[in-house]
Amino acid sequence: MTDRATFDAAVAAALADAPLQRALADVPAGFVAGRRRARAELPGFERLRRTARDIRDHTLAHLDLYLEAFEANAAKAGSEVHWASDGEDARRIILDICRKADARVVTKSKSMVSEEIELREHLAKASLDVVETDLGEYLVQIRNERPSHIIAPAIHLRVSDVADAFRAQHPHLPADRDLETPEAMIAEARDVLREKFLSADVGITGANFLVAETGSAIIVTNEGNADLTMSLPKVHIVLTSIDKVVPTFADAWPLLRLLARSATGQALSAYTTIVTGPRRPGDGEGPEACHIVILDNGRTELLASDMRPVLRCIRCGACMNHCPVYCSIGGHAYGSVYPGPIGAVLTPALAGPGATAHLAEASTFCGRCEEVCPVEIPLVSMLRKWRTRDFSRPASRRSRVLLRAWAFLAARPRAYRVAARLGARTLAALGGSRGRLQRAPFASAWTRYRDLPAPEGRTFQEQWASRRRTE
Amino acid sequence: MDEGYARRPRVGLFVTCLVDVMRPSVGFAAARLIEAAGCEVVVPAAQTCCGQPAYNSGDTASARTLALQTMKAFDGLDYVVAPSGSCAAMLKLHYPRLLAGDAEAEAVARAFAERVHELSSFLVDVRGMTAVPGAFEGRVTYHDGCSGLRELKVRAQPRRLLSAVPGLELIEMPGTETCCGFGGLFAVKFPAISNAMVTAKCANAAPVAPDLVLAGDLGCLLNLAGKLSREGSAIGCRHFAEVLAGELDAPAIGARREGDPA
Repeated sequence: MTDRATFDAAVAAALADAPLQRALADVPAGFVAGRRRARAELPGFERLRRTARDIRDHTLAHLDLYLEAFEANAAKAGSEVHWASDGEDARRIILDICRKADARVVTKSKSMVSEEIELREHLAKASLDVVETDLGEYLVQIRNERPSHIIAPAIHLRVSDVADAFRAQHPHLPADRDLETPEAMIAEARDVLREKFLSADVGITGANFLVAETGSAIIVTNEGNADLTMSLPKVHIVLTSIDKVVPTFADAWPLLRLLARSATGQALSAYTTIVTGPRRPGDGEGPEACHIVILDNGRTELLASDMRPVLRCIRCGACMNHCPVYCSIGGHAYGSVYPGPIGAVLTPALAGPGATAHLAEASTFCGRCEEVCPVEIPLVSMLRKWRTRDFSRPASRRSRVLLRAWAFLAARPRAYRVAARLGARTLAALGGSRGRLQRAPFASAWTRYRDLPAPEGRTFQEQWASRRRTE
Repeated sequence: MDEGYARRPRVGLFVTCLVDVMRPSVGFAAARLIEAAGCEVVVPAAQTCCGQPAYNSGDTASARTLALQTMKAFDGLDYVVAPSGSCAAMLKLHYPRLLAGDAEAEAVARAFAERVHELSSFLVDVRGMTAVPGAFEGRVTYHDGCSGLRELKVRAQPRRLLSAVPGLELIEMPGTETCCGFGGLFAVKFPAISNAMVTAKCANAAPVAPDLVLAGDLGCLLNLAGKLSREGSAIGCRHFAEVLAGELDAPAIGARREGDPA
């Protein structure tokens, strides 16, 4: 996991990456404008957010009950439910299933939980041919990268990056083929992936929601790739986490109505698929077996803590689309599986605090994330909670000493007024007739990029007191 | 505003630590506006900082000490008004949260919160002000500070007051609701990211070609003024209170002073 120095280096690289900056500059006109339109077109959008929040809170308050109900109903539908306490557990379960199926080719649709446990890399080490079938994930896979956004994994790439990656990855195709347009690239990806779909022995998908009343998984995509991933191979594995369960379909609908609207501005994703068990007698198609692997990986600890609201998250990505920090540095700079505001709250819980303290600090607390969150996660208060926990850590000693010294002074108004006068005079003198400082003692972090406007010279308190005396 | 023989409300001006040191003219402009709204202005000497830097850094103990000190300093006043959305939100929304768990202190904080207002919100929502003392010939654009906008829902109030300033033309810039990158200690803890954000903000302001960028928080204004002057821009920055009150004697924030011996 990344530390502060790694983060700073990644930030510097991201800020200097012109193509990345151009891609990020499109976010306001794309996702942000899309959500704004979708919100305007759905009367009662804000009421729906509160409903969604309540559904999530209710489910989390009775999570054990709904997970057990899910397991029982999934079993009735013919699925096998596996509980994984951590990533290692989940990887072992999935590898066992693949081995029993004599699998050689494994197709995979997008799943952030699989990124969380680095599933693809581990299956590849076990000599399985694992192929991502979401176009963005496929690009990230063939470039040996990580997704830089939870719903748009390749948002950092340009069209020319894609062409280069395709030429390198598909040497069996004519070198002089036309890869100028997105259409040409999509056609090529479709051809390459079709072969994999048809030869896959196991298909792994995520799940957006698990429905306890029927033991169903709901999976949404815009490319339809999850449908081919789950229906063509003999075995379908759903990899998901304990927080994805909802009691009934009636509870899933409000969440689905918010999910795509918050994410891309669509009313619904292009494909919404409900999976209830494997192929039944008489079904024309479908897998022979359906396994549902449900990961904990630190979530029950979150559930038992005051951080519980983070588990409401439905992974729409709106918080990062609206985050000025994310839109400045992109997803990779965070160095965490989940970037942006939700990542900054979730990562310390999954990876352990301390090493990731800078994630909670790298926020202006501007609050736009929680303003757009479809399930009203109080992201700013949760980031503040992490800062509060990190404050007492040994690594925070320097900022602790400085803050405490400042607070000691601020709690003594007389002494504070004297210090304020001294500070105002000093800065005013340093500013001189220019009215600003281009370099300031102890403020190089500020003046490296901008001037420090100089104060007027006498503090307000001082001037107010003397005006009152002369009146 | 003639209130006859009725006692004028006594308003405690929470100056804010930044205004106190960096821009006293904002404090005088705020005082003038509060008086123009028919109130008496009181400036308790025992105020320092609201404690937000400690609160947002995770130093809850220091933040509590400063919250209790601030509430005590403003005891007995009818209203507490701050020329800052950020500090006002701290006093109004976060003190009760900060002091939750101590029933007595929390009750005090809740009663205190009822009396706290951001300046433009106080003038418009509480006092119903429609005419302002100031006049300004020129184009301005307005940057929404995040706390005021999102925590206190301050958006229409400053614009309504600015529209009452004779000669003033308010032109909106794109992305006015996007953070400027100040974020308190964020600006010095993550200077490169902060710089990217304030650069984007300045790029949004430039095509509007305003004479002034106005805002309701000195933190944002120091950041914007410092970046604009570093870029060599001629755009000035002022707190909206200076324009509303006609307190324009001081040069714009960070601007050159002509023969000022201060």
